[in-house]
Amino acid sequence: MIPEVGHFALITAMCLAVILAVLPMWGAWTRNTVAMGLAPSLAIGLLVFVGISFACLTTSFLQDDFSVKVVASNSNSLLPPMYKFSAVWGNHEGSLLLWVLILSLWTAAVALLSPQLPLQVLSRVLSVMGVIGVGFLSFSLFTSNPFERLLPGAPLDGSDLNPLLQDPGLIIHPPLLYMGYVGFSVAFAFAIAALLGGRLDASWARWSRPWTNVAWAFLSLGIMLGSWWAYYELGWGGWWFWDPVENASFMPWLAGTALIHSLAATEKRGLFKSWTVLLAIFTFSLSLLGTFIVRSGVLTSVHAFATDPARGLFILMFLALVVGGSLTLYALRAPAVSSRVSFAWVSRESLLLFNNVVFLAATLTVLFGTLFPLVMDALGQGKYSVGPPYFNAVFVPLMALLATFMGLGPVSRFKSDSVSRWRKELLIPGLVAVVCGLSLPLLGAEYNLWVALAALLSAWLVLGLGRDAWYRVRGAASLSRGLRRLTPSYCGMLLAHLGFAACVLGVVATSQYSVERDLKMSPGDTESLAGYTFEFIELVPVRGPNFVADEARIRITRDGAPVTVLAPQKRRYLASGSMMTEAAIDPGLFRDLYVAMGEPIGSEGAWAIRLHYKPMVRWMWLGAILMGLGGFSTALDKRYRRQRQPALESAPGAVHGT
Amino acid sequence: MAPRAKLFIPLVLFAVLALFLLRGLELDPKDLPSALIDQPLPQFELPSLGTQSLVSRDQVIGEVALFNIWATWCVSCRVEHPYLHQLAERGVPIYGINYKDDDSDALRWLEELGNPYRLNIVDAEGELGLDLGVYGAPETYLVDAGGVIRYRHVGVVGERVWQNILQPLYQELLAESAP
Repeated sequence: MIPEVGHFALITAMCLAVILAVLPMWGAWTRNTVAMGLAPSLAIGLLVFVGISFACLTTSFLQDDFSVKVVASNSNSLLPPMYKFSAVWGNHEGSLLLWVLILSLWTAAVALLSPQLPLQVLSRVLSVMGVIGVGFLSFSLFTSNPFERLLPGAPLDGSDLNPLLQDPGLIIHPPLLYMGYVGFSVAFAFAIAALLGGRLDASWARWSRPWTNVAWAFLSLGIMLGSWWAYYELGWGGWWFWDPVENASFMPWLAGTALIHSLAATEKRGLFKSWTVLLAIFTFSLSLLGTFIVRSGVLTSVHAFATDPARGLFILMFLALVVGGSLTLYALRAPAVSSRVSFAWVSRESLLLFNNVVFLAATLTVLFGTLFPLVMDALGQGKYSVGPPYFNAVFVPLMALLATFMGLGPVSRFKSDSVSRWRKELLIPGLVAVVCGLSLPLLGAEYNLWVALAALLSAWLVLGLGRDAWYRVRGAASLSRGLRRLTPSYCGMLLAHLGFAACVLGVVATSQYSVERDLKMSPGDTESLAGYTFEFIELVPVRGPNFVADEARIRITRDGAPVTVLAPQKRRYLASGSMMTEAAIDPGLFRDLYVAMGEPIGSEGAWAIRLHYKPMVRWMWLGAILMGLGGFSTALDKRYRRQRQPALESAPGAVHGT
Repeated sequence: MAPRAKLFIPLVLFAVLALFLLRGLELDPKDLPSALIDQPLPQFELPSLGTQSLVSRDQVIGEVALFNIWATWCVSCRVEHPYLHQLAERGVPIYGINYKDDDSDALRWLEELGNPYRLNIVDAEGELGLDLGVYGAPETYLVDAGGVIRYRHVGVVGERVWQNILQPLYQELLAESAP
């Protein structure tokens, strides 16, 4: 009964989405206030019904209703309840429903939190989101119905959730990731609404900025969690693989980073208007492309969903419709003449432009590398795979170039600045950064030029930011009063840029200084790595709720002083029989110790054991968390809230001045 | 170029990309052509499940048949099993290759779920599987009357796979082998 209620709610949601896609749009066209005024209620109705549907599917999972096909193939009565819950999105059908739920969440949020928007704009924005909703709801209903039953012949027990997904990180990774890349639909909807309305001014940039920043923040956190999960769950200590599915989430992030900077220029100075609109379309298109890549099976990947050509064709048609349609609209409606706002070459505008060029180049690099195998196959040139060497070769110089100019960004001025002023402001930070770059690698095992470069660039960013923040704070009566002068959007920028610096340092240090050894160890054996001694004490059998495991106890000491005892496991999951490596990690701010079990060797209890020493690996995730916090912080800025009061008093349809 | 025309560039680029993606849908990146397609079934001499005798390659070739890799530890095999019964009832000869499994577990499984196989080759060490290049269970090989492997399906054989892929080939091979 519950699955049928869920299915029915989903159909109702589909009907509401169709009305939302058509009626307010028509209302905005004919200036029919009644039709336009329906948009917010429809958006909320959409959320309610998708929410009911999602709750029904979740209930089916929690109640072990194996007559529902997705439950039978992705859950098991022995599965811990927490994972029964996350199993809802551990499969194609359920995760698509999560996609739709999050889309309706964003739609309802726009409806509820935008009283300052002119009604015409609001109704167009919500309508565009309704169109996207129709696409994904019909995708769900027609090709991937999560409520399909196995009647008669329901199995007694389910075939279990993929053990790789039975992990706390994977409970929140997909929702955060989807919050991010579905969130870019809001920026997209605002861009389309602006094109439809024919008014590409600073106001649309100001309206869409907080939404874009928040979506970007979610995406940063989502990607970070994915990387962290890969690190400890896949058992070989890697944290980024340039896998097509990872790239699918990374491309919208790169384009989104360009977009948030370009939006800043558009809002503050009315510059790059057409470009920003194009970027908003581009960013969301990459989100859709990502969905296509993950769910169509056109590319091989470790985490692609079970694939089906019918599904691929459906998303491709939808992609063609949405992206083709919006690019056509862009070609017809975007202002063809460049704006008359001018800026000097030495100014914040040109630095923002530089940021955009770098991030666009990075996005296209990843896009090209991801699709290259597909393109070659389609042209009959054979099977190819593009690996990390290509991506690293392009990415490292791009990021180094970016960091160099990024240090100038926050201290630079709009319109026109002077090199001599930059020199005056940044001479000391620059010199200190050089000293840091030269000296910090001395703390590592050996002197390394890459680490020196990373230390130099990170110090350059951090010191420049520190100096700028200090200039803003000083001169106030007290430090706390001075800190209060910093606006949330300034703090957000500060956090995000600091996060980037931490990321750069972490990525480079861990890539250059990591040490790993694959060893054959028996209980009683002792090995040493990077100054630590690893002693294999014993091997014990362990029983978990739905698995049995061999657990190795490994005592780690340094110069005789105990550090910790790690207990990696080799698990066999009962329902599926699949083997899983559960790595054990001793985390630290400056180094991780990581032990994973391979296969048993021989019959005398020896195992292949992999030991890792990973310096500063946490810094990149900390950096990503800072970026995420930065993104959220910008949205708290008063200037997005302040407009609300006058907006309430003004007549609907009035356009606010800047 | 007229300023307006420039704005069409993104649309054109996207159209090209979409064409590639469309073509990509027809290609299967996992479709790594097996080295054994159109090659003879490898030689083997292995025990037959539930009997004391050995079975060799020559005893199982001579007609168009399916060779199904299965094991009791393989959950998907349990899903596939009822469909194999249907195929056996329709007269399709199916040989089982019991892959890296325990004999008594395998016999109990067949007792519980029924036995659609002509006979079962016990490949406890996975040697035959290695020769065939098995990824994992279940896998199904279509072998013609001359003992040549003509098709390999990785994953569960169900109604859709049979109707769309295996049956047309099977009929074709039957027609080929008919005098």
